[in-house]
Amino acid sequence: MNLPMLCMQSRGLSTSSALSQVIRLTRLRVVDNSEIGKQAMAEGKPPYVFHVYNKMGVGYIGDRVMVAIKGEKKKGILVGLKQNQKKKVPKFDTNNLVLIEDNGSPIGTRIHVPIPHILRTLMKEKTHSKGADYTKLIAIASRFI
Amino acid sequence: MAMSVRVRLGSQFRNIMRVCFHENRHMSTAEIVVEKSENPKEPERISLEEQQRLNDIAKNERMEKLLNMRFAYQEFLPDPNPKNRNTLKERLERRDMLARRSNVEIPEFYVGSLVAVMHSDPHAPGKNNRFMGICIQKIGAGLRASFILRNFIDGEGVEINFDMYDPTIQRIDVIRLEKRLDEELFYLRDAPPEYSTFPVDMEPEYQPEGSAVPVNEIKVPLKPLPWLVKWERMGMKGIRDVTSMLTEKRLRMSKLKQFNKPWEKYDLLKMYSETIPIEDQVEIFSEIQEKLHELEQHRYKMKRSRNFVKPTKMG
Repeated sequence: MNLPMLCMQSRGLSTSSALSQVIRLTRLRVVDNSEIGKQAMAEGKPPYVFHVYNKMGVGYIGDRVMVAIKGEKKKGILVGLKQNQKKKVPKFDTNNLVLIEDNGSPIGTRIHVPIPHILRTLMKEKTHSKGADYTKLIAIASRFI
Repeated sequence: MAMSVRVRLGSQFRNIMRVCFHENRHMSTAEIVVEKSENPKEPERISLEEQQRLNDIAKNERMEKLLNMRFAYQEFLPDPNPKNRNTLKERLERRDMLARRSNVEIPEFYVGSLVAVMHSDPHAPGKNNRFMGICIQKIGAGLRASFILRNFIDGEGVEINFDMYDPTIQRIDVIRLEKRLDEELFYLRDAPPEYSTFPVDMEPEYQPEGSAVPVNEIKVPLKPLPWLVKWERMGMKGIRDVTSMLTEKRLRMSKLKQFNKPWEKYDLLKMYSETIPIEDQVEIFSEIQEKLHELEQHRYKMKRSRNFVKPTKMG
């Protein structure tokens, strides 16, 4: 056996599983039917995060992120994560994003993947009068689980 | 003193223990065949030795019956790690588990079974939520026992982790009772969607009472690389041959002894530290057996009475 491989085994490198956190430069999947989102996904150039609107810098379910998509910057909401979730909260196979405008209303008119029920509560909590209204996102969802 | 007794018993039961725990701890629920005692009509005629023999057989039968409960009621066995053992805590947890079971039926199911869970959800509009999927993991002991269900819904893979003794669970339905070849099915995440897609409104399939749980020997193909885990190293039985997908280096690496661990089957101490001794199991199951049997009888009666449908007038 060659030396580098032996070293790697003895040092036990890269043995932990991935955390799958949404941080800067994470690629996401757009799951609404907005024109820009559909084009970006069809071209195989999914948007990536360059800012997470919270203090940890890690995006959790219902968090707002700024993404770079087709040379533009857009805001979006994380509606489903790959990361391990709390009990009874669904965990998805992909990191899902719904694009929104600055006032919180979604750009698309339909979401074609299931949305966790907990997002209803989270979105209601984040909505303030005179601020952005995120509850419209819930209205365009096709199925909840 | 206690240690020496346990070790001596361990060596006495070594073969039984190997069969019981190591090879088919989670797999088989088939009853172990035991010589049945003949019903003695005239007990005074048989000799003392014969009487002794019959007693032994009867005792063995009872023991087997008790020990077979470890498959269906796996979570009643505590975590074997000596650091986490606490007899009082375990006893209290068992009491709470039985109390929960008297309110909600927690049926027997295994990794690979199709299960539907109905639970209260404050976020859902009707305050109730139902999720159905294949059980890909059953883990944890005592009140912390949990399981993961996986399904494909609208082309998106979804997994939900449930606590088995969660008070918000209203009903657990077993749609199809079966086992797979492995103890964990996380490779379904790397398999094509059709292998974890199940219609949500599936009707439950019933099996004749007392029949052994069938094992689904399906071998799942994997999607092309990259995978989430290096499955070729994990020694999974339910994966179709993947050697054609791998590079030469990965193939060589997967055959290394450190991944196959051929010494583990001789490691008696490892087996000892990962299992609960037979004496402890007998103690635990004889404690809960009566209550569980009572609950089962009650459910059976209720089911029978509920099955009666009043005839309706036609026309």
